[in-house]
Amino acid sequence: MPDTFHLEIVTPEKKVVDTAATEAQIPGKNGYLGVLPGHAPLITELSVGEVTFHTGNNEQQRLAVAWGFAEVLPDKVTILAETAERPSEIDVDRARKAKERAEQRLTSGDTNVDVDRTLDALHKAETRLDVAGKS
Amino acid sequence: MPNILDIRRRIRSVVNTRQITKAMKVVSAAKLRRAQDRTLAARPYAQMLTNVLKSLVARAEIYDPETGEPKHPLLAQRPEKKILLIVVTGDKGLAGAFSANITKAASRFLESKAGKNIDIEAIGRKGRDFLRRRYPAAAVQTRSLAETEESLEAQPESVERAGEIQITGEHVGILGKLGFSQARDLAQNVIKRYEREEIDSVYLVFNEFKSVIAQRLIVEQILPIEQVGERAVRQAEEMTEEEKKKAKEAAISAGVGLRPSEKSGDEAAQFGTSQVDYIYEQPPEELFRALLPKYVAIQIFRALLESVAAEHAARMTAMDSATSNATDMIDSLTLVMNRARQAKITKEIIEIVSGAAAM
Repeated sequence: MPDTFHLEIVTPEKKVVDTAATEAQIPGKNGYLGVLPGHAPLITELSVGEVTFHTGNNEQQRLAVAWGFAEVLPDKVTILAETAERPSEIDVDRARKAKERAEQRLTSGDTNVDVDRTLDALHKAETRLDVAGKS
Repeated sequence: MPNILDIRRRIRSVVNTRQITKAMKVVSAAKLRRAQDRTLAARPYAQMLTNVLKSLVARAEIYDPETGEPKHPLLAQRPEKKILLIVVTGDKGLAGAFSANITKAASRFLESKAGKNIDIEAIGRKGRDFLRRRYPAAAVQTRSLAETEESLEAQPESVERAGEIQITGEHVGILGKLGFSQARDLAQNVIKRYEREEIDSVYLVFNEFKSVIAQRLIVEQILPIEQVGERAVRQAEEMTEEEKKKAKEAAISAGVGLRPSEKSGDEAAQFGTSQVDYIYEQPPEELFRALLPKYVAIQIFRALLESVAAEHAARMTAMDSATSNATDMIDSLTLVMNRARQAKITKEIIEIVSGAAAM
């Protein structure tokens, strides 16, 4: 069995990643999935989270993704995401502000707040900060 | 006899104008190239999304087996009483008849649907200005896309319509720095209104752009979705031969390729089409429900991207013919000037000769 698979991450604006990888972690809607070469064919929706993958020479890369879906084939993994950002592309200030705003809204006790949306925004901001901070 | 000094001044002014149109053509060509690249970059995503949806159509029970009713509201066909028309034009002028042609097509569409209630969302300053002069604005406006987050809140019921045809939203200045988020926000807004049955169908008028010489002005129905992966073009206008020729000349002289390279299309076409039984992490119905809104969004995004490319192409063509017109004008003015100068010299010689003869 080959020890790598082809990984592509595509957004509506561009192809972000197009490389060979030995291993990837994908934020599936029902929890994170680990993918190794030779995985059974699978289609899943993604939630907000981070994609981690190892390229051939043991280098690890991380990306923050928000909503998308992934197709896993034995020799190929394709991730379609609405946004996919490398740590260097993340606007930390904006994410921090978004996080504060969302927290404020949740604790304000205002009944007009759309809780789902705000939680979503909070999650997105936290993921961004997380990915940007760790690498 | 025209004054030589005056003619010289006019020539100088035309030369200056030519310089400007030439520069604008080069700028448009550069922007066109970038816009073309962006439409290409958006293609893999759109293609893959469509493929997955298609394969899901086969697996998920989208239609209720007993009643034959579609299970997803975006597929539901209703009698068409209230229509939403999205008109995509440019923000800036000096692009020949680009925006005028689109507003004309929009007017024709409105005439063909006369008697129905039509809401209009205007994208681009030129179209907005035109439509605003003719149709009243609705009492409740879709706010600019930048702040849609709040505008998605439920709108008060039974607001009186401003007229049979009304403008519900204006989006000016989004085309310059177009991102997917703007298309997504617009799509969310449209979908909300469709699900609330405020509108029964959604059409998009825009200038489709495949390459500089393959453009069409089309009216495309985006909701309800009749068949996934099939585009529902309701009205189309090809370029005339003359327009094609002009565009071709302009493109060649500006160094823009006539055919955008098709490098990424084939690979994307295979996504999600493998003849294997996938494990679906979520039930196919659920995936399908999550994907459909994205499909609408990517269609709007593609329309906006193509319209931007088409606008730059139109401007490039317009500036190319303006430049060549200026050159023609300079030539004919130079001829007139030379003639005037010659006439003046001749006149002076005659005066000298006749003066000498009189002595």
